[in-house]
Amino acid sequence: MDDKQQRIISALVENKPGVLFRVANLFRRKSFNIESMTIGHAETPGLSRMTITMSCNYNQADQVMKNLDNLIDVRRVEPLDSRNATVRELALVKLSPGSPPTRPEIMNFIETFRGNVVDVSTETLTVEVSGDPDKINAFITLARNYGLKEVARTGAVALSREMIPAETTAVW
Amino acid sequence: MSGSEALVEALRREHVEVTFGHPGGANMPIYDAISEFNTSPNTGKGIRHILARHEQSAAHMADGYARVSGKVGVCMATSGPGATNLLTGLATAYMDSSPVVAITGQVPTFAIGSDAFQEIDIVGMATSVTKYTFQPLRARDVPYAIKAAFYLAPTRRPQPVLIDIPKDVQQLEDDIEFPNTVHFPNYQPLPDPDPTIVKTIAQMVLGSQHPIILAGGGIKMSNAYRELQAFAELLVAPVTTSFMGKGAFPENHPLSLGCMGMHGAEQTNKLLPESDILLVIGSRLSDRTTGKIEKFCPNTKIIHIDADKAEIGKNYKFPVVSLVADAKAALAALSREVEAGMMGQHREAWVKKAHEVIEATAEMDTASSTLSGVEAVKLLRKILPSYAIVTTEVGQHQMWCEQHYQVIEPRTFLSSGGLGTMGFGFPAALGAKMAKPDVPVIDIAGDGSFQMTENSLATSVEEGIPVTVVVINNRMLGMVAQWQRFFYNRRYSAVNLGSSPDFVKLAEAYGAEGVRVQSSAELKAAVTKAIRSTVTTVIDVPISPEENVLPMLPPGAGIKEMIVG
Repeated sequence: MDDKQQRIISALVENKPGVLFRVANLFRRKSFNIESMTIGHAETPGLSRMTITMSCNYNQADQVMKNLDNLIDVRRVEPLDSRNATVRELALVKLSPGSPPTRPEIMNFIETFRGNVVDVSTETLTVEVSGDPDKINAFITLARNYGLKEVARTGAVALSREMIPAETTAVW
Repeated sequence: MSGSEALVEALRREHVEVTFGHPGGANMPIYDAISEFNTSPNTGKGIRHILARHEQSAAHMADGYARVSGKVGVCMATSGPGATNLLTGLATAYMDSSPVVAITGQVPTFAIGSDAFQEIDIVGMATSVTKYTFQPLRARDVPYAIKAAFYLAPTRRPQPVLIDIPKDVQQLEDDIEFPNTVHFPNYQPLPDPDPTIVKTIAQMVLGSQHPIILAGGGIKMSNAYRELQAFAELLVAPVTTSFMGKGAFPENHPLSLGCMGMHGAEQTNKLLPESDILLVIGSRLSDRTTGKIEKFCPNTKIIHIDADKAEIGKNYKFPVVSLVADAKAALAALSREVEAGMMGQHREAWVKKAHEVIEATAEMDTASSTLSGVEAVKLLRKILPSYAIVTTEVGQHQMWCEQHYQVIEPRTFLSSGGLGTMGFGFPAALGAKMAKPDVPVIDIAGDGSFQMTENSLATSVEEGIPVTVVVINNRMLGMVAQWQRFFYNRRYSAVNLGSSPDFVKLAEAYGAEGVRVQSSAELKAAVTKAIRSTVTTVIDVPISPEENVLPMLPPGAGIKEMIVG
């Protein structure tokens, strides 16, 4: 059964020393592959939310969820995907366009992606772009035409949607 | 009160009677507090400390104690090498789901991270082989860590817990309070089995023509012996066990099919795919149990019950029904449900067939006159009482025990099945003897494994813990040699143990008794004497270096494809 696809796991964890290590250690010893992981404070003081993106089949994702939930510092684990959740990522992209492309052409490209120029030097400009991870991928691919120099991505964060049509509540 | 005094008081409150360990620089305040506690006139029985000769053995002793007593086993070590030496023992307990609490000393808090003398990140290293780890950084945090460790280790799926206490935390005086309870929002004891799933399973097994129950080590850990027997008898279903499950069901019971798996009974392995329902309880269905999983009972509906939800779908991907529950509670609920159902007679032919399997297996047990490994194990079964506790090391002798040592009573067979740790059996036997001082404890060992922890002879003599070690001695690393004969064209590589010590003299050097036996009669006499002796006896049993463990399931083969000779 190879239903490999991108899957997002949201985990509410205790915000205390060693938790990130335990989660990372779990992924290492079970040979689970992470594409991205983000951690930040959650709504409740003392708790953090981890958003983990993986490309795997259902059985692997099921094992990740169960093993995560077995960790004593993990409060809740939730499967998410783009149908039942809002998924966003932010990237900072440094461009070094050189001479050929005109400034309006670059600005046009950045505006198409609703990016913001956040730093400018004589040689470079840094663009902040956010949105669905696919949008970031597209931006970075096209940015290669404009002298792509450096990329820093936050990895995806996601929250479940409140209003979901009944037939899409079952994910994966 | 200091941190170490708080530790000892917290252990007392958990009714700890014995700890196994080794002192060193970073846990001296703990040892001092134990000594002070035990010599105080107000202390009752105190907390006995058993001095191991290697921290790995201390962990195995605690593990053996836990497996026999059903209580938490406690071991201790100093920082650095003491702590790393514990790891193999903790990993052994982790793989076999045994509740062990390890208490390590650590360098003082101000030195952590400085690569101080005997500093190691044991919390990091132990994370993969424990349920949880604590590193209290204030003396007042010590009682909570102990309370929590004794709550976490034995509940749900039992697993080890490590508490790493920096030396200054052991020494500092603090305001100490002892919590009565601890709370982990995401960790509660297992809930009662889901009644809907129980009903579904009950209906499936009642309607089944050819059911088999496969019992794993989970039965032992949840103490579900009686519930398993009652359920099997109610259902009139034959029961087989994994190696870890050996002894979960009395092997002399008319419904017992013995062990299945890599070195299980051939007839049992062959019968398994003929079952229509296989009810797996407390087994992770490991590679040693199932053989190649894709070939394991392809036409059988498998029902999987386990205390750990992560075991469902891990090795065997497609159980038709699964239930996350404690084995004892699940079996009791199933029995109630099955009792309420209609018991048909439609399984007569199946049970008859199962009986034929059992008898055929028994017929193979024909006696021979030479003293082989198999013969020695069979003889031990004949002369040892059913309540005697047997531990094993790892290798051929262990598999001969699987095949020929019938386990009848609960908690009388201890072996490292998951990690397969050579050197487990002897220290585990000492731990077992501490739990049941009045019961004979026998470590059935190989000459290779015994040499991994033979220095526990010093512990057994000094602490007055008499056990019997039967060394099935083929002067080889026998199981590796067997694989080299079978799968590496008889090219022996690094398996010859010809220059091992004379085990009789070795025993005597430690102040234990040693005896070499050449015949069944001599073995019988030696064992009969040894189990009554007040000092540990090592019985050296020389056998042929060429003896194999058969039948066996070669690696990658399906459950029916055993090598028989």
